[in-house]
Amino acid sequence: MIGYILRRVCAMALTFWAMTFVAFLIMELPPGDFATTRVSEVSAAGAKIDPAMVERLREMYHLDAPLLERYAVWFGGVLRGDLGYSLAYNTPVNQLVASQLPNTLLVEGLTLLFMYAVAIPIGIYSAVRQYSAGDYVASIIGFIGVAVPSFLFALLLMWVAYSSFGVVLGGLQSQEYQGAAWSWGKFSDLAAHLWAPILVGGAAGMASLIRVTRANLLDELDKPYVTTARAKGLPEWRLLLKYPVRMAMSPLVSSIGWLLPSLISSATVVAIVLNMPTLGPLLLTGLLVQDMFLAGGVLVVMAILTLIGTLISDVVLFWLDPRVRVSAA
Amino acid sequence: MKRLLLSVRNLKTHFPLAKTIVKAVDGISFDLFEGETLCVVGESGSGKSAAARSILQILDRPGKIVDGEILLHRYREDDTTPSAIIDIAKLGRSSRAMQMVRRQDISMIFQEPMSSLSLAHSCGDQIVEAILLRHPRMAKRDAWQRAVELLRQMQLPDPALTASQYPFQLSGGMRQRAMIAMALASEPRILIADEPTTALDVTTQAEILALLERLRSSLGLGVIFITHDVGVVANIADRVAVMQLGKVVETGDLRSIFDHPQHPYTRMLLASAQRLEKPSPLRATVVPVESTHANVRPILKVRDLGKTFVLRRGLLGNGLKELRAVDGVSFDVMPRENVGIVGESGSGKSTMARCIVGLHNASAGSMLYRDASDGEVELAGRVRKGNDPLLREVRMIFQDPFSALNPRMTVGQIIGEPIRLAKTARGRELKERVAELLSLVGLEPRMMERYPHAFSGGQRQRIVIARAIATSPRLIVADEATSALDVSLRAQMLDLMLELQNRLNLSYVFITHDISNIRYFCDRVVVMHQGKVVETGTVDAVLNAPSHDYTKRLIASVPRPDPSLQTPQ
Repeated sequence: MIGYILRRVCAMALTFWAMTFVAFLIMELPPGDFATTRVSEVSAAGAKIDPAMVERLREMYHLDAPLLERYAVWFGGVLRGDLGYSLAYNTPVNQLVASQLPNTLLVEGLTLLFMYAVAIPIGIYSAVRQYSAGDYVASIIGFIGVAVPSFLFALLLMWVAYSSFGVVLGGLQSQEYQGAAWSWGKFSDLAAHLWAPILVGGAAGMASLIRVTRANLLDELDKPYVTTARAKGLPEWRLLLKYPVRMAMSPLVSSIGWLLPSLISSATVVAIVLNMPTLGPLLLTGLLVQDMFLAGGVLVVMAILTLIGTLISDVVLFWLDPRVRVSAA
Repeated sequence: MKRLLLSVRNLKTHFPLAKTIVKAVDGISFDLFEGETLCVVGESGSGKSAAARSILQILDRPGKIVDGEILLHRYREDDTTPSAIIDIAKLGRSSRAMQMVRRQDISMIFQEPMSSLSLAHSCGDQIVEAILLRHPRMAKRDAWQRAVELLRQMQLPDPALTASQYPFQLSGGMRQRAMIAMALASEPRILIADEPTTALDVTTQAEILALLERLRSSLGLGVIFITHDVGVVANIADRVAVMQLGKVVETGDLRSIFDHPQHPYTRMLLASAQRLEKPSPLRATVVPVESTHANVRPILKVRDLGKTFVLRRGLLGNGLKELRAVDGVSFDVMPRENVGIVGESGSGKSTMARCIVGLHNASAGSMLYRDASDGEVELAGRVRKGNDPLLREVRMIFQDPFSALNPRMTVGQIIGEPIRLAKTARGRELKERVAELLSLVGLEPRMMERYPHAFSGGQRQRIVIARAIATSPRLIVADEATSALDVSLRAQMLDLMLELQNRLNLSYVFITHDISNIRYFCDRVVVMHQGKVVETGTVDAVLNAPSHDYTKRLIASVPRPDPSLQTPQ
């Protein structure tokens, strides 16, 4: 087990380096840099800008150095735990990320739990009762969930909440509790804000999760080992959970890795609509103004989350599937 | 007086499909008594498996019992009258009562133990589960002890180890033993065995059959044994029920069925199996090989052929392992001779066949082929492509006619493809050639417009053969050409191949695991075991007086389709 995890961690280190390099290259793709964006911003506001000042700006931030050199400097910082300095916010990136990361993990973690807790039972039900009324209802809801864009769902939710209940959705905390010490009031206030992003974020992912669970399980249900278990006289639900459902979970578990970062990036628009203090909007700002260090910093965090997710799924698979265990030994 | 355990009356099991209803079981009746083995024998599609599954109500969707009775007789201790009679056909398939029948009265073992056991649970875990369903109050530790004890009774060498292992870590025979242990864990009165030895090697089959026989007599089990193999029936049955198209056409004692078969289908089934017990009548027309040995040179000379596979593992290719699939194999094939290569799975026979036709590159040794112009060609290391005459002269017949034909091509395109590639005929000429080939293999020329799915297994194998002979080959390698076919079709297919041999001057390298095919079809035989040749000689010499221990064991393991020929177990 320990050897298996160590091997995985070594592979992860390589992957991490590759991910940062590719992320850096992609951020370099659009023409111009932070300085040109700044110039166009200022001139759009009607002011004149001194070309010498632009040059000074470039020099100050090493924007003229060759690509590989800039990457080396930046990656060296990342390895030391320093994500650089955000030009747009005039703040260290570490500080920006640190302020948003707990919120992000809270919202996305709960969304993930919510998704799995609701979608997997529904998926199991609609596979076992294939073509029943319940299966059709679940499928229809699933397709609607896939088809409706998340931001639209968020807007609808806000409108319904406001017009019917007079509640203004948005943010994670009311004004009065910001910066306040933890109390029951603060906790219930947080819960009152949390449900909306969890529901919106969960809806889209949940729909596909239902479909995947259903399809995986349908593949397993007619396998001979299920017939064997039935021939033993196991009660139907117990045999379903012990045998085919366990096998059908393997592909889902393997997807945990890329689910974590995709939740963050797909939730960006929703987070903006709902005014959420999470990493998504931060990434968007960084990319819009070509603030390399900010965008890069958020991407590094997402890369780390991906790797942690992959490690989790590897460990769970190790436990779930003895074939992995035996071949790793 | 043996007690009646199960009485099936006028059972009908149907599979309603979109357009039709498949009447898999169409009104069958039979009885099963304590301590006897009832063999249900039939070819594919006869409904024998659906009948077995109906008894436990474990039919695949959308199968359903629509009529009839399955009367299970329960007895208390040694009473002669049943304490209860339960009609299984009336129970709901997920009902509590049905679960109780499965937990204590009837168990089942299946054909493929690899897929019939869960790969995510250890063997011990799966056996313990059955024990605890029977004895809900037993402590888990005691149940584990009992599971190990059961595995010991299955004659596994290290039962405690096997209990802790997963099915994919065991050999096929060990898996089937674990399966039987699991079935018997519930202390049933009735054991249903659905083709339990079909997926096993013949020597393993003999061991499993002997084990089942021993368990039947020591436990007084009633066994319903489903099989397509007439030899197995002759070996183990007390009574026989012959099924055809969902009906039992004949039932009776073993001897009466074999000695005085009444129904034409029974006669046909027995005759097909027994026909393979002696050389084909068509073989008499082939010139005896010995008489020509002096002045005829072999068409293929295989010398010290080796094929090694490299198994890689790990990120950096460390833990390098080699598998010697074929190891120093030598034999000759004379013109118009049929050389049989016989061996069990893993013996390297198929790998060797693939080396000859160029699907694998040999790693060592040589294969000298004498071509049409009497020149010697080294096959080893030669890449066959483009218009290489070898591609036309050395051809292959494959095992599974369902996967060997491209479903998106018509039969005409399939058979015509090698001719087009060889550029020997085009257009109308090609079409005429394909028509000629189809009639050669006993199909009608107008069938060339159809797609493979419109044909039965036997017809598809004829198409495969037509494709093999399309380019006027001289040497044909047939890899298990009859194993996917029903017994009644095997002799037909072999006769067709012999007829073609007489007409077209072919030589065959015939790969098989089935001794009866060798006896029927071949002149000489090469016995392979774990990549090596253990014995070669004429078919008569090797089959009647084997000299090597492995050959002796192999031949003794084959169940003969004649009850009087059975060696006592």
